[in-house]
Amino acid sequence: MTIHQLSVFLENKYGALCEILALLAEENIRIVAATIADTSEFGIMRIIVDDPQKAYTILKSNNVSANLTDVLAVVTAPPAGSFAQTLTHFTKAGLSIEYMYSFVAGGKAILILRTNNREAAREVIRRQNMEYLCESDLPALFTE
Amino acid sequence: MTTYWQREMETLSREKLEKLQWERLKDTIEAAGRSPFYKKRFAENGITAGSIRSLGDLHKIPFTTKDDLRNTYPFGMAAIPLKECVRLHSSSGTTGNPTVVLHSRKDLEEWADQVARCMYMVGLRDTDVFQNTSGYGMFTGGLGFQYGAERLGALTIPAAAGNTKRQIKFIKDFHVTCLHIIPSYAARLAEVMYETGVDPRRDTQLRTICIGAEPHSEEQRKRIEQLLGVKAYNCFGMSEMNGPGVAFECTEQNGLHVWEDYVVVEVIDPETLLPVRDGEVGELVLTTINREAMPLLRYRTRDLTRIIQGDCPCGRTHKRLSRFQGRSDDMIIMKGVNLFPVQIENILMQFNELGNNWLITLETVGNSDEMLIEVELSDLFTDDYSVLQRLAKEITRQLKDELLLTPRIKLVAKGSLPVMEGKAVRVKDLRKLL
Repeated sequence: MTIHQLSVFLENKYGALCEILALLAEENIRIVAATIADTSEFGIMRIIVDDPQKAYTILKSNNVSANLTDVLAVVTAPPAGSFAQTLTHFTKAGLSIEYMYSFVAGGKAILILRTNNREAAREVIRRQNMEYLCESDLPALFTE
Repeated sequence: MTTYWQREMETLSREKLEKLQWERLKDTIEAAGRSPFYKKRFAENGITAGSIRSLGDLHKIPFTTKDDLRNTYPFGMAAIPLKECVRLHSSSGTTGNPTVVLHSRKDLEEWADQVARCMYMVGLRDTDVFQNTSGYGMFTGGLGFQYGAERLGALTIPAAAGNTKRQIKFIKDFHVTCLHIIPSYAARLAEVMYETGVDPRRDTQLRTICIGAEPHSEEQRKRIEQLLGVKAYNCFGMSEMNGPGVAFECTEQNGLHVWEDYVVVEVIDPETLLPVRDGEVGELVLTTINREAMPLLRYRTRDLTRIIQGDCPCGRTHKRLSRFQGRSDDMIIMKGVNLFPVQIENILMQFNELGNNWLITLETVGNSDEMLIEVELSDLFTDDYSVLQRLAKEITRQLKDELLLTPRIKLVAKGSLPVMEGKAVRVKDLRKLL
């Protein structure tokens, strides 16, 4: 139900992002989704990759401030309104969304989210019978 | 305007001045020997009443340092019973204990005269209105100028620091003619005046300002004079030597007369600790000879200066010190506040989220000096954005409490700052002494 997201600290300076991506590219790490939250002083890049452990080890050995975070990965159905419906279930359970982003891979619309209560969020997913991804599903996202 | 507050003392012949210094030094050494600190130090170094036979023997007495003051905190330097002390000033602790300076009633009287002498020298009279923008409390620039200006008879306004609009209102409404202000704040004050449509020449009576407590260049002085339409005089003081009034420029604006009836002046090479040749730059070392509660012998000020050769056209015989040229330690003077990098380090190192590498950059933004502290994150990285923001805020808050000024904190990635080797150079000073 959860997958590993790689979070990377980014300084707000020219070329910082490229440097990090180059480290991952060298080792053939594939990125399926990325998002950056930024302030005027720094940013945090959050990425979903095919091999989070390996990517994390690469960054650590290059002295990059990074960590692995568990995030929920929920698959939303194609019809209009299913995104709204999914979020409504969390809201009704009293949960707040800390951050969220989505992407399409392997023909699926995938919602990455972190709520203020992971256990309660899992419970919502189970009860509502939502489709979700596990760590083992990651490589499949990268096959055409 | 060559008039004197204490004509005889200010123009005493060198011969008589040195005779007076010797008389006072003898008394001071005897008095100092009654303090626990000097009693021990004299015994350790075989100094007795008979071993110092002239001013020239002063070098036989070991230096006194700021560490000595810290180590004797709070009362180890007191040469008279506390019952006879009437004031205590203390400066913030950096690596440990703060420092304490005690004053007797006579010490305060003498100090007030010393400051009055300085202010009279730059043209202040009992018809003037003087506004002091120094912080009060423990900071000696507050009460030091207050008592000096009152002694002189000026109408004195203890406005204290901050609230620029209120400062300007006072200056206008109370017909203020003279200010005591730090140079960076003088520039800021002028800026706000112009922004709010106040023309200092047209709308105020300002004529004279006393600037000090932080390094500034001749260009900066000229610029302040031009902006405010005033004459600006450089003043030097330090809490260990009472505070303001130790040395002050006369209307010649060429060097600061250091009052040699109050202190004996030496300039030493901070490496060899030997006196520099006449007129060369070195560290200023001062011996109080007109203070009874807490005499200090050969106190290392860490300020670098030189003695200006020759007589001053103003007629005063007391030596002149050149504009101060920096420090022989790593003290930073910022917005009139003295601070050491170790104070910053002590706070940063309390945060597990931070690494060991950090860099202070001092820069001039507009008319004001800013401090930027870049600090590397440690391995304990959180991907929670709000946690990082809270962290930066908490670091800022703690530093502000310690330093009394607000630095800008920038969290940077691990390994992104230049690696420090040996004794780390943590301070980049890019301030423009404009």
